[in-house]
Amino acid sequence: MLRHARGSLWSVYFKTRVPDHRTGLRRWSSMHRAVPPVISVTPSRALVDETFRVAVQNLPPGSPVTLHSLHRSEDEDLWEAFGHYVSDSRGTVSVADDFSFGGTYTGKEAMGLLWSMSPVPGSREGLRLRKKNVCIPQLVNISVYGGHVEEGFGERLPLASTLTERWHLGPGVRRIEISERGVRGTLFIPPGPGPFPGMLDMWGGGGGLLEYRSALLASHGYASLALEYFTAGELKSADKEFSYFETAFNIVREHPQVIPDRVGLFGLSLGSLMASYLAAESSVIEPRCCVCVSGGHLYPRGANLQQLFRAYSSHSHKLRVDEHNREIWRSINLPIPEDLSQKLDVGKINCPMLLVNGIDDQNWPTVECAEDMAHMMRAAGKEHLLTRIEYPDAGHLIEPPYSPHSRATKFIKDGVTVILLWGGQTKPHADAQEDSWRNILAFLQKHLYCTQNPKAKM
Amino acid sequence: MDRKRCCVKLSVHPSRGLMDEKFTVLVQNVLPGFQLTVYAFYKCEGGYSWEAFAHYTASATGAVNVSEDPSRGGTYSGVEPMGLMWSLRPVPGSKSGLRMRKMNVQTPMEVTISVYQGHLTEGFVDQVPLAAVVVERWYMAPGVRRIPITEGGLTATLFLPSGPGPFPGLLDLWGGGGKLVEYRAALLASHGIAAMALDYLTPQITKETGKMVDYEYFEAAYRVLEQHPQILGSRIAMLGLSFGTSVTLRMAVYSQVIKLRCAVCISGSHVQPIDGSVAQIMTSFNDNADKTRFNEEQHVIWRDLLMPIPTDASLKVDVGRLRCPLLLVVGEDDQNWPSYESAMDMKEMMQRAGNEHLLTVLSYPNAGHLIEPPFTPSARASAFKTISNTPQTVMVLWGGEPVAHSVAQEDSWRKTLVFLRVNLYGGSQPGAAASSHL
Repeated sequence: MLRHARGSLWSVYFKTRVPDHRTGLRRWSSMHRAVPPVISVTPSRALVDETFRVAVQNLPPGSPVTLHSLHRSEDEDLWEAFGHYVSDSRGTVSVADDFSFGGTYTGKEAMGLLWSMSPVPGSREGLRLRKKNVCIPQLVNISVYGGHVEEGFGERLPLASTLTERWHLGPGVRRIEISERGVRGTLFIPPGPGPFPGMLDMWGGGGGLLEYRSALLASHGYASLALEYFTAGELKSADKEFSYFETAFNIVREHPQVIPDRVGLFGLSLGSLMASYLAAESSVIEPRCCVCVSGGHLYPRGANLQQLFRAYSSHSHKLRVDEHNREIWRSINLPIPEDLSQKLDVGKINCPMLLVNGIDDQNWPTVECAEDMAHMMRAAGKEHLLTRIEYPDAGHLIEPPYSPHSRATKFIKDGVTVILLWGGQTKPHADAQEDSWRNILAFLQKHLYCTQNPKAKM
Repeated sequence: MDRKRCCVKLSVHPSRGLMDEKFTVLVQNVLPGFQLTVYAFYKCEGGYSWEAFAHYTASATGAVNVSEDPSRGGTYSGVEPMGLMWSLRPVPGSKSGLRMRKMNVQTPMEVTISVYQGHLTEGFVDQVPLAAVVVERWYMAPGVRRIPITEGGLTATLFLPSGPGPFPGLLDLWGGGGKLVEYRAALLASHGIAAMALDYLTPQITKETGKMVDYEYFEAAYRVLEQHPQILGSRIAMLGLSFGTSVTLRMAVYSQVIKLRCAVCISGSHVQPIDGSVAQIMTSFNDNADKTRFNEEQHVIWRDLLMPIPTDASLKVDVGRLRCPLLLVVGEDDQNWPSYESAMDMKEMMQRAGNEHLLTVLSYPNAGHLIEPPFTPSARASAFKTISNTPQTVMVLWGGEPVAHSVAQEDSWRKTLVFLRVNLYGGSQPGAAASSHL
């Protein structure tokens, strides 16, 4: 008997799906031509923010087919997307060039098979796709099925199938676990002698340590520290908490392969709030620039994080839920208070700021905050430092491009699991992720790689 | 100083590619007119260091694009998108006669590409580059399965493309150096062909019995492909290089079992005693050993062993009897086999027999013997260990001028893939597939 390669990824995906070879082959060959079509994904191995071209050849001309993607997450959930196509006169389908007539995405969408993914029918509720182990790629199976299929992909045999790898970590990027001076996180350093511009990368209120964005930033030439938050109450005062972030920034700044005056801040949601806080209030650190995604500036002066959360909870009577009982938090902090003691003094910020927000953000009133921040910075003569990008129908979780959109997911609030509504419609949200990432990289390149000293402009 | 160094942005796209894919090397954020050296470094499986480099001058926008800009000197010159790969050579002071071959195809080749200030030609190790990146080059696409084959006394490895199949099949044969060399078969599987790399000179069975294999061995390999549930039994090809061509042509014409859909023969010949065993082909070469010549560096030239091309029909495979399309790839500077002369003779035989429409000849001026998949370095001469009871290592002259040889590798590989795709994937009758696509 033939010895099959151990640990074959194929068998992991298709263990229950491929019927007995003999009957499968007979049944298949009676339904189709002798030679199956060929499906290709180019490049077959790519960074998660790189595009690919999916093409099928050797189909009968004018035949309806379904292109399907399948991914088994680290949590063992299955995610899929599909598009309905018709082959041309040469028997080819090119996802980048042809129209999808139906499925989880429509129109000409080269990357639709990734960004329109959602959990397969029957999955657990409120799932969110986030890569934990960045040292191995995300494996996505791309297949072509005969006809325009809507469901039951698991029970059918595809005409052809191929595997593609999506990486957060570029080759040669080094991953270093950090646990010093009380700070915990993971530092990613680009390949090469350096020195490199640096980044302190902060996530949202869900906590934990998420490395994937820092890994991706390092793959683009930034030495990036993915910061793990302290647990609530771990640090005894607001000052100690503030200094945790300052120390984290300094760990990046003082690294021998980092250029000390070219370290920026990157934050999403709560991380974005912290980034603005540091930019405005720190006398210890001087970020070169700041990227704030889905953030705000509502922070009672002198409060620690626990007090901050309590301040939000005190408005919880304003909490709304939608028809599926998903929590909408955006109105908790509306209207934006006039009281300056409830907001960061953003007029003190001295570095370029890029604010990226979704207009359909149901979790945080990010656009209202951005408007108020602009107003405050204008009053302080700092408006020229601010760039705002706002995306219609995009939600709160603006992630690196081609990640699936989740309109609502599970979140642990005070030890209780709830479902939070993040907002956004899939296609506009995907567009926002793609466009914002491009803008973010250009912003970082300009401020962290460019020879010109921005201060010289003043 | 720090500020200037920080500015340089170096990127290679794709950072993880297949061995036969091109990449784009981009240097940005330098001053216009800046002189720089792009440098490639690779430490092979044998532990030897290889390097390539080229001199560029940044454009008015402060950038260098290796795919579009000319190199003004180094291990290659002119516009050469993949020059950093095919012009790799052992670093100064290395052992002589090295040949780069990846034996473990499950891991990528990792090449470090860096940028240095100025136009350097040596001492790279002593300088700090402005920037460096790592590029992975793979023989196996994701999802390709590697299956060792030992049934039927075979020493082989089967590579199955990803997907349910079924796929066309291919028997992949290397030349007189023996061993189980997997990389070309792995690459073919990455292109949708179930390819089996076959060791037929140094297989386990020969090591145990001391006897060289014959028809039955190749037929057993063919049967493994033919009977595999994920391989289309009626669409099997054979690809041979050098001595592998001798076997391929013999099987294509004389085997009662092997029915090929098409055949590819690289740098080989049809000249062989057709009565008798495969082992006797080897001995017939040894009988002409006195025709061995040497160049001024004492490198061995073996092309004359088969010259002149005989007129006696019993001394060459009767290619007039071929019933499947045949692609011949030859280098006109082949110093190891008279592959060009053989190709011309085969063409004439097929013209007389009336099956010339099956033949396509790709003949490359200034290309040598070892026409391999593209973007790896070729050696004009390298150390070769002979297969015999008393193996010797000699420096064999393969021939070929580096630039022309790399062009031949790139062009012939692309055309070989088209030929295989057209014949294995297309049409309902073998032979009807036009080779005009090439």
